[in-house]
Amino acid sequence: MLKFSEDHEWANLDADICAVGISPHAVEQLGDIVFVELPDIGLAVNKGDAVAVFESVKAASDIYSPAGGEIIEVNNALLDDLTAITPESAMANWLFKIKINDAGDLESLMDEAAYNAMIG
Amino acid sequence: METQRTPLYDFHIANGARIVPFAGWDMPVQYAAGIKAEHLATRDGAGLFDVSHMVQVELSGRGADAFFERLTPTDIGAVTEGRVRYSMLLNDAGGVLDDLMVARLDGRLHLVVNAGRATHDINHLHQNLDDTTKMDVHHDKALLALQGPNAARVLSSLGLDLDGFRFMDIRHFTLGAIPLVITRSGYTGEDGFEISMPAKSAVDIAEALLATGTVTLAGLGARDTLRLEAGLPLWGHELDETITPTMAGLRFALSKKRREAADFPGANIILDEFANGPKRRLVGLLASGARPVRDGTNLLHDGVDIGIITSGGFAPSLDRPAALGFVDTHLAHDGTILAAATRGGETPITVVNLPLVPHRYFRG
Repeated sequence: MLKFSEDHEWANLDADICAVGISPHAVEQLGDIVFVELPDIGLAVNKGDAVAVFESVKAASDIYSPAGGEIIEVNNALLDDLTAITPESAMANWLFKIKINDAGDLESLMDEAAYNAMIG
Repeated sequence: METQRTPLYDFHIANGARIVPFAGWDMPVQYAAGIKAEHLATRDGAGLFDVSHMVQVELSGRGADAFFERLTPTDIGAVTEGRVRYSMLLNDAGGVLDDLMVARLDGRLHLVVNAGRATHDINHLHQNLDDTTKMDVHHDKALLALQGPNAARVLSSLGLDLDGFRFMDIRHFTLGAIPLVITRSGYTGEDGFEISMPAKSAVDIAEALLATGTVTLAGLGARDTLRLEAGLPLWGHELDETITPTMAGLRFALSKKRREAADFPGANIILDEFANGPKRRLVGLLASGARPVRDGTNLLHDGVDIGIITSGGFAPSLDRPAALGFVDTHLAHDGTILAAATRGGETPITVVNLPLVPHRYFRG
């Protein structure tokens, strides 16, 4: 089940494991990414917590957890080459995976059609 | 408030610009290549920036020089025909109301002021105007900045004769039948030109420059990273009504004759700082690590608050984060290690001399 947040995260839920990334639109808007900070494995998070940071040339952007739970995997390979974070690869580039406490957390998120309508 | 558009708005869209609101204008922050690529193309070749949001003001009449001197620390008599100076409007506390460029051409003074301060500046000028000076605001002109080591070659290839045209000169040129007023100046630290033209000719000129095949379109994002590396102040960051030119490293803009006369706004405060040093000084700052330290971050030394970052981001030519900020004068020395109070704790950050990237102006 793929969902999107108003803050341009995507969340892909498989059983109780939710992979989280940022949308192609978000990557495009950020422009050149110069620094990424990802959370530590084992971190307990609440829905809406700022758990990762993307810094572009111009600005810093927080990445929020779409659901509460525990961070169980982090895609640190992304940090090796920030230029590989592109709009084209954004849907494949998950940032972290959460073992979620409550699938209900994702209910307020948008499906892809609604998200695409929001970004126009 | 409705945003304004420069005559090049459609041109920007057609060239893949991402438009953002800036100082009441819809401006290109970047094109498809992105800020880093546009920045590096400017340092290595030539970048073309639309700066038509900046406001062009003309002062004429027998009182124009005296009028200008009442508001600034510039010896305007020393700005001879065909020359340009960096200047600023000061308040009585010695603070900078705005910084600007002033040039003398055809016996008149031509000012270019910041877009974000234009309304303020025009009001300020109006309030101080007398009947010996006439002020005209040229809303019917566009302004393009062509910057970088290849900029002169680009203009020469279009038939402009740049012989004897040096940094901080201003001159009339024509391209085809289009009248241009060009200054050899800019906001990147590179050799370059600022080209004023009738608004209706802006697209033709921009297209002619692009058609040389050696010019990269660059947006406000690259303009900001370039000026940051060059250590050039941006009003609202390194300059404001509480910051003196002495604090901001602008002693060169305080003319000797005016210092001796002590007859400019805030002269007592500024001259005291000129002689004894200001409390804080503008410096370059290089943080350790890859994470940019942003505007507004406090700077600490032995746990004591001794400064603040005023512009912080990524410096593409240095390939690392870089910042500008104010630091207590006794710590404002190259190599001093401070701590930036970032969200995650304290990040070591080193004071460095400005500019971060050497200026390469053409002084002839």
